[in-house]
Amino acid sequence: MSAIAATLGARAAERPVLRERGQREVFCGLTGIVWLHRKMRDAFFLVVGSRTCAHLLQSAAGVMIFAEPRFATAIIDERDLAGMADANAELDRVVGRLLERRPDIGLLFLVGSCPSEVIKLDLARAAKRLDRSASPGVRVLHYSGSGIETTFTQGEDACLAALVPELPAEAPEAPEAPRSLLVVGALAEVVEDQLRRLFAALGIGPVRFLPPRLAAELPPAGPRTDFLLAQPFLAETARVLEERGARRIAAPFPLGAEGTTLWLRAAAEAWGVAPDRFREATAAGEKRAREAVGRHRAALTGRSVFFFPDSQLEVPMARFLARELGMEPIEVGTPYLHRQHLAEELELLPAGTVLSEGQHVERQLDRCRAAKPDLVVCGLGLANPLEAEGIATKWSIELVFTPVQGYDQAGDLAALFTRPLDRRDRLRV
Amino acid sequence: MQLALWTYEGPPHVGAMRVAAAMEGLHYVLHAPQGDTYADLLFTMIERSGKRPPVTYTTFQARDLGGDTAELFKATALDAWERFRPQALLVGSSCTAELIQDDPGGLARALGLPVPVVPVELPAYQKKENWGAAETFYQLVRAFARPRGETPIAGRAPSCNILGPTALGFRHRDDLHEVRAMLDRLGVAVNVVAPLGASPAELSRLADADFNVVLYPEVAGQAARWLERNFRQPMTRTVPIGVGATRDFLAEVAALAGLEAPAEPDPSRLPWYSRSVDSTYLTGKRVFVFGDATHAVAAARVARDELGFAVVGLGTYSREFAREVREAARGHGVEALVSDDYLDVERQIAELRPDLVLGTQMERHVAKKHGIPCAVISAPVHVQDFPARHSPQMGAEGANVLFDTWVHPLMMGLEEHLLGMFRDDPEFGEGAAPSHLGAAVEAPSSRPAANDAVDWAADAEQELRKIPFFVRGKARRNTERYALERGFETITVETLYDAKAHYAR
Repeated sequence: MSAIAATLGARAAERPVLRERGQREVFCGLTGIVWLHRKMRDAFFLVVGSRTCAHLLQSAAGVMIFAEPRFATAIIDERDLAGMADANAELDRVVGRLLERRPDIGLLFLVGSCPSEVIKLDLARAAKRLDRSASPGVRVLHYSGSGIETTFTQGEDACLAALVPELPAEAPEAPEAPRSLLVVGALAEVVEDQLRRLFAALGIGPVRFLPPRLAAELPPAGPRTDFLLAQPFLAETARVLEERGARRIAAPFPLGAEGTTLWLRAAAEAWGVAPDRFREATAAGEKRAREAVGRHRAALTGRSVFFFPDSQLEVPMARFLARELGMEPIEVGTPYLHRQHLAEELELLPAGTVLSEGQHVERQLDRCRAAKPDLVVCGLGLANPLEAEGIATKWSIELVFTPVQGYDQAGDLAALFTRPLDRRDRLRV
Repeated sequence: MQLALWTYEGPPHVGAMRVAAAMEGLHYVLHAPQGDTYADLLFTMIERSGKRPPVTYTTFQARDLGGDTAELFKATALDAWERFRPQALLVGSSCTAELIQDDPGGLARALGLPVPVVPVELPAYQKKENWGAAETFYQLVRAFARPRGETPIAGRAPSCNILGPTALGFRHRDDLHEVRAMLDRLGVAVNVVAPLGASPAELSRLADADFNVVLYPEVAGQAARWLERNFRQPMTRTVPIGVGATRDFLAEVAALAGLEAPAEPDPSRLPWYSRSVDSTYLTGKRVFVFGDATHAVAAARVARDELGFAVVGLGTYSREFAREVREAARGHGVEALVSDDYLDVERQIAELRPDLVLGTQMERHVAKKHGIPCAVISAPVHVQDFPARHSPQMGAEGANVLFDTWVHPLMMGLEEHLLGMFRDDPEFGEGAAPSHLGAAVEAPSSRPAANDAVDWAADAEQELRKIPFFVRGKARRNTERYALERGFETITVETLYDAKAHYAR
């Protein structure tokens, strides 16, 4: 097993990677709050940062979807910087006010930002202090979503990694007691439910999810836990889970019919599920997925696609588009390339695809224009300008906000890429 | 530290971006960490701009902080200059870069670029977006405006500059079109429009105009006052939002230009529509007004003088203009609400229970939550504030737009009357919500209040049912509040009509 992983890693390492340094057109890790707060319904996210952080969140959250949100910003002001007000005392006051207003909060995350990191406001200590002093029943944790340390989806990684030490230990049983499976990475509830049914059909269980729907229902983790990453951006979370003795099941990611089957098969093999039973449990879902994806093949086969870095989902997405839809990935940019977690994915990516890590947005735009791709996957800051140049685009943020994992979302995932092309074909203006 | 859930304004460097993105031939090099590029999508998605804002971010990371962020800034500035070849470079810091105290101005100058470098220092922990826009525009004007070269030629048409429109401005595109046309009809030439569409080279010609038309004091006030002091260029003080303000504006412009004020102002349909008998129902509708200072003050005047509403609340998030708004509020007999905390605003709306809210997108959401009609009159902008059609706020056409957009959310007077007549028909029954609130809104029913501290006598309950259903809920609430405040245990027909008389004041 480790020998195979080593060869895979070695082969993946052979693939040349264009490393870029320059302006990055990527969100910071704070953005993850937008989906994490909806996932964990009793958690509140308090960013300790600047007006920029507050503005980013409100702009990224669909420009003011309204409700009293379960996130907020404690905006550092001049008095906190000048030392006139002790920043810690101020933070305590703000948290006090917040908890008073929102008695429904069970878990409060203090989320570090660029300014809080630069002024070295110690949120770890603040979280410990507040955890003791805050009203009973409220846990206070911290993580950093700062742009100087995290890009976009790394915020979820940091948040989940902060949860790992809080996970209860496994029940003390004999070492040969049955193992449990932990699926790691925020998924839409509909996807979770589908996966639960598949694992049940495979006889794999108990199956738990991180993050849970309620922070009060943290799953246990320990040496008898196998975990499957549902998202490719969870480097730190995987590391701390492994520190607790949990074992990662290496697999491609559950995107597309093939990806979902390979992902499930990795778990099935780790659990010793018989091949017949595996086929029986997955055949119908895989067939449905292949048919749903197949409807989009004609529109996408032979067309080229260019990825700007955004969510770290780029490599699995490119693999899906290449293998199941016949697209030709020209360049696959990713903010960070985790070779170990992506080893199985990189094996499946066409040989000619250029991988780039990091970003120099101007040089990448030059390459993109020169390559004249049929479709560009990029962030919202670049999409309309590229469209204005006549290049079809797919906003990458939709790949994060839409349920795309698993068999029954495979067709929806393909549709996300056909829609921009379909639209261009329809319009006569 | 301030707890913020939603904010009315972004950080000051976003204000600087709004100025830079409006101009031509200017490039902004912003010392900022990764993530601050989110601001690009405000322009490309909200305003649907087909080009990226002319901003290059240094994108420093944690590992750079121990090293040389200053070198990174210099390399980025040089790179941006070589790639974009602007006429001038604007340089500055975002909130995080401000803390590491590199000196973008000094660093950029040290590069010895062949174009002017304009540094802007925008204290991010103190100031906000509009202040940042005003400061940036002021620094640009100071840097580029040159004294008028020759003596004016006799007989030349009087000319002015139009100052204030920016990228991401609330209806700036359409206001500019409207104001230009007004000035043209008056015979006043437009020398330079800035920042929207102006290049640094054009800013150098600002002094050639006889006076300045300031459309948005939040953005252009500071620069215009500097031009007034240094080039003896007077400025307009009236913002032409509404029929009356447009008339005043034209008179002010005519006086500054040495022209006769037009006897026949531009025809707007608002005056006649407001006098038309179907508008009778607008009389005394209680409105709550909130927005940036300019739009809020102007809207309050239009609401009272041109639509016959009663202004029951007036406020702004523009603390820089608190004095002006307080003064205007006094004129309406109310106390101004100056706050950038939307919860304060929501609280006041909930207390006042106005018939109409004129506010920003945030008040639109608050109003929706409380089932109150609302029209949007001010930034912060939303994609809906960039309509495909021409939709100004200023001038005669602007007044038409105000009439339509403020009246449409209200139930039409005739509709209200007819609903009353047919209230016993099933289509108009208890379950049917007022059409203007949409099907999603729960019909204001006559169900008893949750906290049933006061009893309704049977005949009072009977009487209540005679009140049209769409105001019945309000009548019930008001009567119960009236009874509770006076410690009554039972509501009689008398109480109902006493309460009605009390709240009808």
